[in-house]
Amino acid sequence: MSLKRTDVLLCCGSGCVSAGSLKIKSKLIEVIEQHGLSSEINIIETGCMGPCDYGPVMLVYPEGIFYKKVQVKDVEELVEEHFLKGRPVKRLMLKSEDTIFQTKKDIPFYKNQVKVALENCGYIDPEKIDEYIAMGGYEALGRAVTEMNPEEVIDIIKKSGLRGRGGGGFPTGLKWENVKNSESDQKYVICNGDEGDPGAFMDRSLLEGDPHKILEGMMIAAYATGANYGFFYIRAEYPLAIKRIKNALSQAKEYGLLGNDILGSGFSFDAEVRTGAGAFVCGEETALIASIKGERGQPVSKPPYPSESGVYQKPTLVNNVETLGNIATIINKGADWFASMGTATSKGTKVFALTGDVKNTGLVEVPMGITLHDLIFEVGGGMVAGKKFKAVQLGGPSGGCLTADHLDTAIDYESLREKGAMMGSGGVIVMADNNCMVNIAKFFLEFSLDESCGKCTPCRVGLKEMYTILENITAGKGRSGDIEKLENLGKTISGTSLCGLGQAAPNPVLSTIRYFRQEYESHIEAKSCPTCVCLDLMHFDIDKDKCIGCSLCAQKCPVNCISGSREEKYTIHQADCIKCGNCQEVCPVNAVDKISGAAEKEEKLNSVAELYQ
Amino acid sequence: MASSEISDNILYQKLQEMIAAKKDLRDPLIEILRDAQEIFGYLPAAVQELIAQELNLPISKVYGVVTFYNYFSQIPLGKYVINVCTGTACFVKGAPKLIQMLEDELGIKAGETSEDGLFTISTVRCVGACSLAPVLLIGEETFGRIDSRAKLVEILDKFRTLA
Ligand SMILES: Cc1cc2nc3c(=O)[nH]c(=O)nc-3n(C[C@H](O)[C@H](O)[C@H](O)COP(=O)(O)O)c2cc1C
Ligand code: SF4
Ligand code: SF4
Ligand code: FES
Repeated sequence: MSLKRTDVLLCCGSGCVSAGSLKIKSKLIEVIEQHGLSSEINIIETGCMGPCDYGPVMLVYPEGIFYKKVQVKDVEELVEEHFLKGRPVKRLMLKSEDTIFQTKKDIPFYKNQVKVALENCGYIDPEKIDEYIAMGGYEALGRAVTEMNPEEVIDIIKKSGLRGRGGGGFPTGLKWENVKNSESDQKYVICNGDEGDPGAFMDRSLLEGDPHKILEGMMIAAYATGANYGFFYIRAEYPLAIKRIKNALSQAKEYGLLGNDILGSGFSFDAEVRTGAGAFVCGEETALIASIKGERGQPVSKPPYPSESGVYQKPTLVNNVETLGNIATIINKGADWFASMGTATSKGTKVFALTGDVKNTGLVEVPMGITLHDLIFEVGGGMVAGKKFKAVQLGGPSGGCLTADHLDTAIDYESLREKGAMMGSGGVIVMADNNCMVNIAKFFLEFSLDESCGKCTPCRVGLKEMYTILENITAGKGRSGDIEKLENLGKTISGTSLCGLGQAAPNPVLSTIRYFRQEYESHIEAKSCPTCVCLDLMHFDIDKDKCIGCSLCAQKCPVNCISGSREEKYTIHQADCIKCGNCQEVCPVNAVDKISGAAEKEEKLNSVAELYQ
Repeated sequence: MASSEISDNILYQKLQEMIAAKKDLRDPLIEILRDAQEIFGYLPAAVQELIAQELNLPISKVYGVVTFYNYFSQIPLGKYVINVCTGTACFVKGAPKLIQMLEDELGIKAGETSEDGLFTISTVRCVGACSLAPVLLIGEETFGRIDSRAKLVEILDKFRTLA
């Protein structure tokens, strides 16, 4: 990549940037200049390296030393010790109890990972086409358009077993073939970068970290299907991704990789960026097509499928960002190589966004068929200190929660669906035992309700009905029979909604009822939230044995419902308590406890003022 | 008053130029609305009417699109829009508490603008920085792991002094 002595790869993915990597960069440049090393050290801004939790992260080559949580004040030492004297700074390396992980390949986080879509992400400067080309970029395109005919390309993709990474898991080769077989003078390719699942960020990282790879994938798809124009549909919330793709397009144009008669092959292609404007349903392909046309993004019923009639009624291929990110590598390394990873029905690798109460949050790419246990406890490093695993949510608002009993499940499209979850786009939210599953279900339902486009009644009205029941349950107004009502409504909505949003929206509720029924029952029958999350079904109480009578809680209580004295200790007058939790926050000896179940309100005071008489 | 009219004029001029530049794209309505919102900070009725006129579209269509997408606003927003992420990871890691703290600190509810016109509290669904949850965005700047009141106040103060 460069002829300089040292390459410093600085992660400038969204996680690391908000942890301050841009400040590190300017400081680095400054200090390197001061030491007269500018001609020897190359600073490369890369996309997300994966372990976002440790940001800002840095990789130094040729040794491959990995630094975490680099701060501006560390830069001086890094330059003097490592870059100048060749003594890597141990203090900034990743450690476990007994080992220091010097280089990237020592780190357990990376050990079980296989990078295909993310191959270059975190290694190259995404704004420079030359770096992509140096990594073998656009070779696959070159081979496809000059040495293969479209059928051969489709054949490779079919054989590879690649399935759509946007959630549905539709076989990609088959979809390409359908578009290819639709007769038309004009066809389009759309890269779906709407990434609506509120817990997934792989498409963003790919678009930001390796934009040329997605473009190359799109171009190969276009060649195979007979399309000559593409749209990148990217959410407005991802301004950097939009910028990077626009930049990639103009660079590719400059290099003659876009336009007429590409590489002398007779294949012509051009593309543009369209931005979404904040509507989850626009990730659904027919809604997306409406949105590209500048209309309200409402789905229409299929058939006709976009492969027959899409943008401007022309055959249109819609593929997810990550799907397209796999294409060039499959062409380069072959279908057999890709198909050698994974399970019987799901081949290759999948990118997951690991978040929640897991130690190593971030972006990981692992072979399909890895168990949930390995994903969370090996790659993810297990639960954050002091927390106990309770559930894992997969598939976002369309998916479901699985429990400790499912940790041995090998992840693929079928196994997850069978158990009531979904692959979805790959958001994995790990939840500790302080999460209330009824509340989580309510969260997802609220999301779907909010995002329903309102076109069909079951989705618009039915979800509202389900939401009201959940609201009642979490507010202590649940009635017996509510669980059955939720189940019935859920089944009806799933069966009768027009698009995937409505069809899948009940899943989070149904799956939590399936695996955490007793938690629902305890909310409804015992009026108690076992995890003390639902405020109407819990109360605060002061443990008189622990209380030292300091009065801090009484001072911080906004409604003055705590009274007492040093001798008698302090008491919360439950009838007036608004459950703000201030008392628990300020108590120096942790004497304030959360207790499941509503308080008995017999000690209602006539007026708070009485307390202080 | 006078000065705001002048700046309005400048803004309208900008809008006209932008429309002229994008008018011939295929179906540019959403792109133009996005740019217009960037120019004006929101999409008042007059702007929507102008866009409808220039693009030869019924005003009802423009209004229909503006109201469909969360990204568009028809009311003026504060100088700094604080977007609190309410995606799943942030929810699990305490976004509701963060919103409550923000509401306390600014004395307004989510969706409202502070009296000094400085801050609007808004929510977004996932900004793709889940590993830093809970997250908020001000402009294009992302702030992560805001799990205490002190961190939040520090951020607000930074923008107060900028203003
Ligand atoms: C409500 C809803 C939201 C969706 N959101 C997305 C999305 O954000 N990104 C995506 O790639 N696909 C999304 N899809 C799936 C698309 O409709 C489509 O199947 C996919 O983009 C096809 O690409 P693939 O075959 O490469 O997965 C969504 C589907 C539904 C029903
Ligand atoms: S299922 Fe819901 S989101 Fe989908 S078309 Fe019907 S109303 Fe709209
Ligand atoms: S803050 Fe804690 S120790 Fe002090 S009075 Fe309250 S409960 Fe007792
Ligand atoms: S953003 Fe730097 S590791 Fe993910």
